[in-house]
Amino acid sequence: MRAGQSLRGSELRRMEGSRFNTGQLLLVISTVILIITVVLPVAMIVYNVFFYKWSFDWSLFASMLTDPDNLAAMWNTVKISFLVTTLGTVVGLFFAWLIGRSDIPLKGLMKSLFVIPYMFPPFIGAMAWGLLLAPRSGYINKMFMALTGGRTPLFNINTLAGIVFVELCYYFPFVFIQVSGALERMDPTLEESARIAGANQMTVIRRITMPLVVPAIAAGAMLILISSLSHFGVPAILGFSNGIFTLPTKIYELIYRASGSFEGIRQGASLSILLVAVVVLALALQRRVLRTGRYDIIRGKSMRPMLIKLRGWKAPLLAVCFVFLAITVILPLFTIFGVGLLKAYGVPMKLANMTLNNFKYVLFESRMARDSIRNSFFLSITSAVITMLVGTMIAYVIVKIQPRGKGVLEVLGILPYSIPGIVLAVGVILTWSGAFYLNLYNTIWIILIAYIARYMAFSMKSASASLEQVHDSLEEASRTCGASHFESLLDVTLPLIRPGMVAGFFLIFLPAMRELTTSLLLYGPFTRTMGVAIYSINEEGYTVQACALAGVAIIIIVLGELLLRFVTRERRGQ
Amino acid sequence: MDMVVLKNVTKFFVTKAFGKVTAVDDVSLNIREGECFSFLGPSGCGKTTTLRMIAGFEDLSSGEIWLGDRPVSIKTKNFYVPPEKRQLGMVFQAFAVWPHLNVYENVAFPLRIQRVSNAEISDQVKQALKHTSLSGLEEKYPSELSGGQQQRIALARAIVANAKVLLLDEPLSNLDPKLREIMRFEIKDLQKKLGLTIVYVTHDQAEAMALSDRMLVMDMGVVQQVDTPTNMYNNPANRFVFSFLGLSNFVPVALHDGLVWPAGSASSSLECEIPEDWDDDRAVLAARPNEIQLTPEGGYRTRIKNRVFLGDYVEYRMDIGDTEIRVQTHEHRDFQVGDVCGVRLGKVKWYPAEDEVSDEERERRKVI
Ligand SMILES: Nc1ncnc2c1ncn2[C@@H]1O[C@H](COP(=O)(O)OP(=O)(O)OP(=O)(O)O)[C@@H](O)[C@H]1O
Ligand SMILES: [Mg+2]
Repeated sequence: MRAGQSLRGSELRRMEGSRFNTGQLLLVISTVILIITVVLPVAMIVYNVFFYKWSFDWSLFASMLTDPDNLAAMWNTVKISFLVTTLGTVVGLFFAWLIGRSDIPLKGLMKSLFVIPYMFPPFIGAMAWGLLLAPRSGYINKMFMALTGGRTPLFNINTLAGIVFVELCYYFPFVFIQVSGALERMDPTLEESARIAGANQMTVIRRITMPLVVPAIAAGAMLILISSLSHFGVPAILGFSNGIFTLPTKIYELIYRASGSFEGIRQGASLSILLVAVVVLALALQRRVLRTGRYDIIRGKSMRPMLIKLRGWKAPLLAVCFVFLAITVILPLFTIFGVGLLKAYGVPMKLANMTLNNFKYVLFESRMARDSIRNSFFLSITSAVITMLVGTMIAYVIVKIQPRGKGVLEVLGILPYSIPGIVLAVGVILTWSGAFYLNLYNTIWIILIAYIARYMAFSMKSASASLEQVHDSLEEASRTCGASHFESLLDVTLPLIRPGMVAGFFLIFLPAMRELTTSLLLYGPFTRTMGVAIYSINEEGYTVQACALAGVAIIIIVLGELLLRFVTRERRGQ
Repeated sequence: MDMVVLKNVTKFFVTKAFGKVTAVDDVSLNIREGECFSFLGPSGCGKTTTLRMIAGFEDLSSGEIWLGDRPVSIKTKNFYVPPEKRQLGMVFQAFAVWPHLNVYENVAFPLRIQRVSNAEISDQVKQALKHTSLSGLEEKYPSELSGGQQQRIALARAIVANAKVLLLDEPLSNLDPKLREIMRFEIKDLQKKLGLTIVYVTHDQAEAMALSDRMLVMDMGVVQQVDTPTNMYNNPANRFVFSFLGLSNFVPVALHDGLVWPAGSASSSLECEIPEDWDDDRAVLAARPNEIQLTPEGGYRTRIKNRVFLGDYVEYRMDIGDTEIRVQTHEHRDFQVGDVCGVRLGKVKWYPAEDEVSDEERERRKVI
């Protein structure tokens, strides 16, 4: 055949090779998965609240909205998260600046200590603080009253202030981590040019450094805000006994009190809509207040930043750091393990009163505790593997294939970020307990579905990050060598992002191990998770056993965290 | 008047990995008013460290720095003026324009710090933007501008407050070659127009020669030579300076019977004059490839090993004794590989046989 000779259509088709398009197929699969796991539960909530027996009816929602109890819960939610976000941002910013820009000693050590609260499950922290600062029985309050001879406790943790304090301890690392990273990446000559221009250190901080880290602050503050608005564990443990409710705990209470009846679930669903509305509103508001651009502040070839000499302030500020760490990390840890070793709750913490029996009990004797550990491992590993694979696939579609309609995927993928765990749980109940001829209620599968929906966004984000580092040309080079799209994916891209996927696995496995909120609404008689078991053992008054199981959970999480560090270090070493 | 004076300035860093590193070793220097003065040297020789000590970002380990008649760092008295009080302008390699401020506010920053009135700020910023050909871009943000424009903002910001001394640390090395040349002229222009004193750090010898009234070559923290570009090119003080300022051939030779014998050649000697005051019986001859002549007859006879045509000139390689040399000529007379021709080294410099800095020492420092 001569070149330039006219060809018939069918011949052209044939010469084109296979028309099978991997990209389109992956797009369809990804969309279907996200619709089933994410969109369906949300749609079911909306439907069940506003429709009754197939007709529009919004009387339920209206009555829920006008109930003073619910309004009080909403107001509490707003107050707590506003305070936690503001204070957490200030605290995180302060420590990040201290470590990033001053000559305070022991930086490496402090940097790793400051992220510990990040791994500590907040509800276990709340348990510890309850043991220390409950008005009558708390260890610190008892000591204080013995010292003063009075009857007034030092501090009552079962209050709004107490809840704010405990959430603050565990949420400030969000801002700390973001801002530390930004300060580390920032080109020091940006600050030095301001010094040369005549600005002193304080002016440079105010006019240059601060504005440049605003995007990092905003990102960290947004994480605190979302987490705190939808947080369940701390207000549940510290607030119930004193009648303090937030929207998430109120939703739980409504469903729990109705013991799973449909009416209770519908009421919970109404409040869920309210909660989501509050979250969306808060995010929009925050975006207006901290309107930010994304600056390019990455360092070029440059020196390390000039560190501000603290001189006389060095010792006091170092002391502040260590006292803060002692309070947020060491004291709660000590309390959990200390109480977990006690023969009975209430006896003085002396060596003579210590025993390993509680640990033996939760690890070997209690069927419920043992089951919960097994369930948590099963759920965390399974959901981590599934979300990691599916998340990577979706991220691949978005980042590399970029088909028309990828925007829908992106929105669907980040949706669960702004949907609180408790709301997701309500949606999952409404979807998977018979509405579609499939009743998974009381089985472990319903929890698994909820975990997958919850952690999909995590996995998509971490997979996108590692995929963006694989340059397109690598895969193109492989395709030029005759490999099909699918083959180049397997042989070139996957091996390159495998370390990222392993890290992504742990980023889901670890939070799943300490999950409480979603599982608490979904568990059945034999499907308690560790979080649920600790929570319910504690609620039933078996404090020492609850602490022992919490101790076991902490050890598992710390080991997982060390493994994660080890894995990511390996990657950097290559 | 001397605008920048360094007296026996030394700086060492103590690092965990390498112990004590002397980055700047006993440097004394006078930079005159209205002069463009360059620091030239290989990577890691201490140029940036010296400049940062002048700016006040690094403390000295010993010595003194004066700006005009004003002391700014005197180590023995523990006297140290912070950077913001030194009234300098500075331009960095990475532009360092503030991404959250527009062009106008970037340039106005030094004046705002001095609490100058708004009307005056507007005047002075306009003036500075005109000098740096940025007029009309006031409202733009740095991310909307090219690298060259960003570097001009940095320049405008450095001159807006009428700083008399400008410190520039490789300001052009992030720009493409063409733009680099244009900016080079603009900086020179600006310096003449405003009577600025410029201290310019670079590792590009062509840039240093084009810009400087005087320059300094540094190696491993030690000043090797200070002179005008022409003098330095024509009379490099030592082998290091010679090799740093252009392409070079070094031929080790032995002297006996009044003749010059290249190492490894017992049969023929080189035709060149021995300086009258030379009293060692060994030496290293330095010659630039474009100053060596090739002749069909006479000269040091050797065989052409390699020939490359490069448009403007032809480059040959051949041995003198056991030293390979490189020759670049424009001459029409063409030699082919394998031809025997004569070499006349032409203008040569004589240096002592021992290198000032041993190669092992250089290797050791390179790690750092
Ligand atoms: N803060 C520091 N801590 C430890 N060593 C340093 C520090 N700053 C510079 N040095 C060392 O001092 C020496 C001189 O560095 P300097 O940055 O002045 O070189 P330079 O001439 O500017 O090089 P380049 O052309 O690469 O910019 C180098 O060996 C460097 O490693
Ligand atoms: Mg440098």
